[in-house]
Amino acid sequence: MTATMQPKSEAAEAPRRGRRTPGAGQNTRSRGRGLEFGHWWWALPGIALVFAIHYVATGIGGFFAFTNWTGIGSFKITGWANFEAIFKDPTKVGALSNTLFLAFGSVLLGNIAGLVIALGLNRVLKTRYILRTLFFMPVVLSPLATAYIWKYIFDFDGPLNAFLTAIGAGDQAKPWLADPQWAIWTVLVVLVWSSTGFAMVIFMAGLAGVPVEVEEAAAIDGANLWQRFRNVILPAIRPAVAIATTLGIVQGLRVFDPIMALTGGGPAGATETLATQVYKQAFALGNFGGGAALALVLAAIILIFAVLQQRLTRSNPED
Amino acid sequence: MFRYTKLTLLREVGLWALALLFLAPFYFLVTTALKPDTELFTTSALAPPTSPDFSNFVDVLTATGNSNVVMGLVNSLIITAGSIVGLIALGSITGYVISRSTRRWSKGAYYLFLIAIILPGQLGAVPLYMGARALGLTGSAWGLIVLYTGMLLPLSIFLYANFFRGLGTDYEEAATIDGASKSQIFSKVVFPMMAPATGTVTIFAGLIVWNDFFTSLIFLGGSANQTLPVAMYYYIGSLVSQWNSIFAIVIVSMIPILALFLFAQKRFIQGFSGGLKG
Repeated sequence: MTATMQPKSEAAEAPRRGRRTPGAGQNTRSRGRGLEFGHWWWALPGIALVFAIHYVATGIGGFFAFTNWTGIGSFKITGWANFEAIFKDPTKVGALSNTLFLAFGSVLLGNIAGLVIALGLNRVLKTRYILRTLFFMPVVLSPLATAYIWKYIFDFDGPLNAFLTAIGAGDQAKPWLADPQWAIWTVLVVLVWSSTGFAMVIFMAGLAGVPVEVEEAAAIDGANLWQRFRNVILPAIRPAVAIATTLGIVQGLRVFDPIMALTGGGPAGATETLATQVYKQAFALGNFGGGAALALVLAAIILIFAVLQQRLTRSNPED
Repeated sequence: MFRYTKLTLLREVGLWALALLFLAPFYFLVTTALKPDTELFTTSALAPPTSPDFSNFVDVLTATGNSNVVMGLVNSLIITAGSIVGLIALGSITGYVISRSTRRWSKGAYYLFLIAIILPGQLGAVPLYMGARALGLTGSAWGLIVLYTGMLLPLSIFLYANFFRGLGTDYEEAATIDGASKSQIFSKVVFPMMAPATGTVTIFAGLIVWNDFFTSLIFLGGSANQTLPVAMYYYIGSLVSQWNSIFAIVIVSMIPILALFLFAQKRFIQGFSGGLKG
């Protein structure tokens, strides 16, 4: 799941790169001659498959956003009625704010944790590769398996409450997942746990590109740890920050599996997100039109934040 | 100046402590799975089992019907391998053509794939299901391979296309001079050169398909060809708070991917960070 969104930022960045530096050798040389070492129709099967599975299906789904279709039988075109209904329904508005909270919360905490670990593992540590492997382990697990493990940890008879009791804070023990106030924080913990390793790897790759000499020079000039981080390391790993945060946001906005397995959106809608609502409306409640409208809203939000994020993190002078 | 000092040792010890805390969930996973039913509610959730017991694992591996884990394992393997093959074959050739072609449509195609990655899947899920059912693609491993290939193809194409951008055409030119045909150039010269991109695609696609739950739940609905996550879901659905049995199947389901990761962890992590840098 974590990987789903990987190429997004790359995707957003690549064409721009292409536009700005068009003459990377072969591009200019073969301009006007089309494809030199292949046939253009080689791309047809791929294009056709993507077109059918992504565009045709999504287009049809998008069309139903403006209807009252239930998923079977006939339907009427209802215009913007589905969208009006979304903003009048407190559950869906709540789902919207939960989605934003989880996306930004998990990106912020996951990236800070990932950066701190990456900085800690940077250079001279003897066991850095073993540690890197350990911190990365949660990333390869399925969201479903991850959610089941944490469901037990937060269970009333589970380890967390047992630990609290053991250290004499037994009065703090509660059914975490069933507590409307705490449930969303448990989801946040799970999201951060499974995304930290990913952010760490991106930051480690970024840090590896910071020349030792520059850091040394700054240290000799009397820059303290914080100044070195702020003025030398941070500017150098800016692309890594851009990638890790953009992916995190897009990934966070779509969060579905962990919530379905952990809380199912409950208690009383406290952990409902746009993606779980889309699923429930379209598949469980037979309100396909409403679900499609919600999916369209989700798509628009993802698009806006992906573009915004790219703009913000990439606006450095030499760009 | 970056020598190993006492401070570094402190940092190393601190990170190990953090790592152990971070991986505490695995401790609960293993200890609970080894608890026999009688110990589940009598021992503390923090304590290891007093008499470890593998009967939960035996139960998991011998379950039948919808929650047949061995079947799920085999199906997941077939579907993951098939999707990876499809994604490498179609992704490499499509990525090659759209990144090498200078015609205007290739840029259009590039954006077509770019936007396809952002579209949320749920919007197209119902129309896709109806289309797949009409074509007889539901309920079979083949159908799911086609679906996963289509769903992840934009990702695969991007990884390949970005790889080509940084690659000159010298080898292709040399092969042309040597008299190779266009298809020979691709299969004998270009494709082997793309090994790093192929590695990244394999890791991404393998991980996503192997771990995916939602798609296989919908498209394999009710058939005997369940994938591992779906088999796990059904198995757990029949248990209430029997965490020892639940964790036994969770462990069984994560062993293959975890083993593969630990075996090829360097390749995994390089794939993740390398695939992103383009």
